[in-house]
Formats: sequence, structure tokens, C-alpha cells
Amino acid sequence: MPENMPEKKSYIGQAWLVIVLAFCFGGALAFVQTTLGPKIAENKRNETYSVIPTLVPGAATDRTEELVVEGADGRDVRVYKAFSVTGEHLGWVLPARGQGFADVIEVLIGQDAGLETITGMYVLAQKETPGLGDFIRGEDFQSRFAGRPAQPPLEVVKTEPVEANQILALTGATISSESVTTIVNTAVANLRDVLATHSGSHAPE
Amino acid sequence: MSDQPTAAERFLNGILPENPVYRQLLGMCPTLAVTNGMKPAITMAGATAFVLIMSNIIVSLIRGLLKPHLRILVFTLTIATFVTIADRFLAAYMYDMSKQLGPYVPLIIVNCLIISRAEICASKQSLGTAVADAVGMSLGFALALASIATVREILGSGTWFGINVLGTGWPAWGIMVLPPGAFLTLGLLLGGAEWFGKRRSSRAQTG
Repeated sequence: MPENMPEKKSYIGQAWLVIVLAFCFGGALAFVQTTLGPKIAENKRNETYSVIPTLVPGAATDRTEELVVEGADGRDVRVYKAFSVTGEHLGWVLPARGQGFADVIEVLIGQDAGLETITGMYVLAQKETPGLGDFIRGEDFQSRFAGRPAQPPLEVVKTEPVEANQILALTGATISSESVTTIVNTAVANLRDVLATHSGSHAPE
Repeated sequence: MSDQPTAAERFLNGILPENPVYRQLLGMCPTLAVTNGMKPAITMAGATAFVLIMSNIIVSLIRGLLKPHLRILVFTLTIATFVTIADRFLAAYMYDMSKQLGPYVPLIIVNCLIISRAEICASKQSLGTAVADAVGMSLGFALALASIATVREILGSGTWFGINVLGTGWPAWGIMVLPPGAFLTLGLLLGGAEWFGKRRSSRAQTG
């Protein structure tokens, strides 16, 4: 043990600058995140509201109700209950996130009021490979989810889909396609039971 | 130390004689990827300038404490911190642009321009020289991105900064805003820069 002491001292002596910088930079990043985090969250919320009519056709943005529900995994999730102009419950918008090929992917999922059909999917944030995986945010890929059944779970295929629950993968981006599909399946299954208890009713005046 | 360029030389070298894109071929990824329009190109140039200037400042201030075998680790740590700050700032105040640039802002971390300036200049020279070097290189990088984006946006969309400059009759060469347009434009402008540089040096020799 005593023989190791000089070596340990040497490690600290060599790396102290890296350790000090790591603490300083970590503190700076924590400050930046604390300061800008609410603004970034507000931007995402505004974008979510702007795409609600696309994800749930016929929905009126200003009639949308926000709910915090507990998913099957025990975590609280903020969901958006979409209503028509006349106050009829049309569907849900579920925010979801999960690991993609390069980084976390955040999506919004539209579902009908009966939770039987996926009415739309929108990629809110992604950092997938440029020119390949980042095509998940394209209209072409996102539209492949609209009209698919909520059950059985969606599956990714590399040839033209023959079943209603099959999603055609993006060429050269199978992992990104599977990641998005898994995120959608997980979120839909996680919230199915709890949303069923909140379905129906009219929009609050 | 006396053989090192002065602050003024560092500043001027970065703009044209050692232009990061046209003379050193550094930062090719953002150069090709975000130059389909002036707005993303200038935003990328601004983010890169912020990271380059801040990393040069930090590295120059701690240059006396750097251990040779740990210097790259320190450079990377410094660059990654300021890239994250730039990324968060864009997401907060330029949300649409942040989404448009996508992964290219985080990819500034691996832009060789920044780590090369830390290695070549900031880790060896004073704060003033390091800042002058960073500003010169940032201007050079911005000029390069702006020149490529100008050609691509005008020919590809008929606009400049989104403002119509070629009239409604312009057919808009779609290929120019697509990846092949980036390679074509970069190749032609690189050739032009090389021709101009050689012409200048031959004139200097004969004159």
C-alpha cells in the first residue's frame, strides 16, 4: 500500500486541472440549463400546441386540456386532451421519448378518443444521423403512423407493409425507424388504461 | 516565442491567407451541410465563433498549467462545454433555427478548426493573440460559409436571406440546395480561391 501512495499522488498531480475544470464547467452548464431550461420547455410546449390539429384532425388548439396522469410504469406524464371547436372529445396527444441511434428522440403521438387508432406522429426533437436517420422528422416517415391501430404493437418491416400494424423502415435508418416505433408502442401501452378512464366528456368552458 | 506570429498577423491570416475552409479545408461538415441558405450559415458561423473565441480564451489563460499528454482532453472538455452552451442558447432563443440545424450545432465539438487553433495558437500564445486569432479565424469561417451559402441560396431558391433577388421568373435550381449543390459550389469556389492565390503569389514574385 505505501508503495502505491506516490503513484496516487502523481495521478492527482497530473489530473488536478482536468478535475477542477470539470467541476467549473459542470457548474456553468448547470447554471445555463437552470436559466434556459424553462424557456426551452416553453418553446416545445408551443410547438406541441401548434401540431395538435395535425395529430388529432379536427382538434381546436384553444380547446386543448392538459392533464398529468400516472402511467402504468408509475411515472407522471403530461398529456393533451384534444377537443373540437364544439367541445367534443376527439383524441389525445401523448409526448414520449426514448433512445434513438445517436441521442434521445422526443415524439408526439396522436390517438383517437377511443384509443383504438394512432392518428398521427410528430418528431419533436432528434439528433439522428444527418442524411439518414434524421429523415424520421420528414413528412413521409411521420405519415406512415397515421391510421395505424393502437393494438397490436406496431412493428417495423423493410418491405412494403402487408399488415395494418406494420411500419415501413427508412432506407439506411432501420435503427432510427425501430427506435421511433418502440417509443410509440411503449407510450401507447403505458397510458392506455389510465387514458381510458379519462376519455369522453366535453371540454371545460 | 519570438518566431510566433503577432496578434495582428494571426487576425489577418485567419481571414484569407489561412482561411479555415478555402486554405486549410477544416470544418467541411458544417460547410457542406448548413450552407443551403444564408440564415443557417450565419447562425452556424456565429455559434462556431462563440465556441472558438471562448475556448481560445480559456486555453490561453491556463496554458501554463497544461500537461502535454492531457492537453487534448482539456481542449475537448472546454470546447464541449461552450458548444453545449451555444446549443442551449439557440434552443431557447432561436428555436426554429436550432431545429433546422439539428445535430450540426453539437457537431461543432468535432470541428477541427477549433481544436487546431487551441493547439496551434491558444496553448502557446498570450490571451490577446489568442483572441485575435479566434476572431480572425471566425471571420474567415463566416466569410467562407457566407460565400457558399450566397451562391447556393441565390441559384437554388432565387433568394438571399429569404428575400427574393432573382424575381419570380427564376426557375430555382433545386440541386443547388441539395447535397450535390454543396459539393459543386465548394469545389468551384475552392478552385477559384486556389487560382486567385497562385495568381497573387506569381504577381508578387514577378513584381
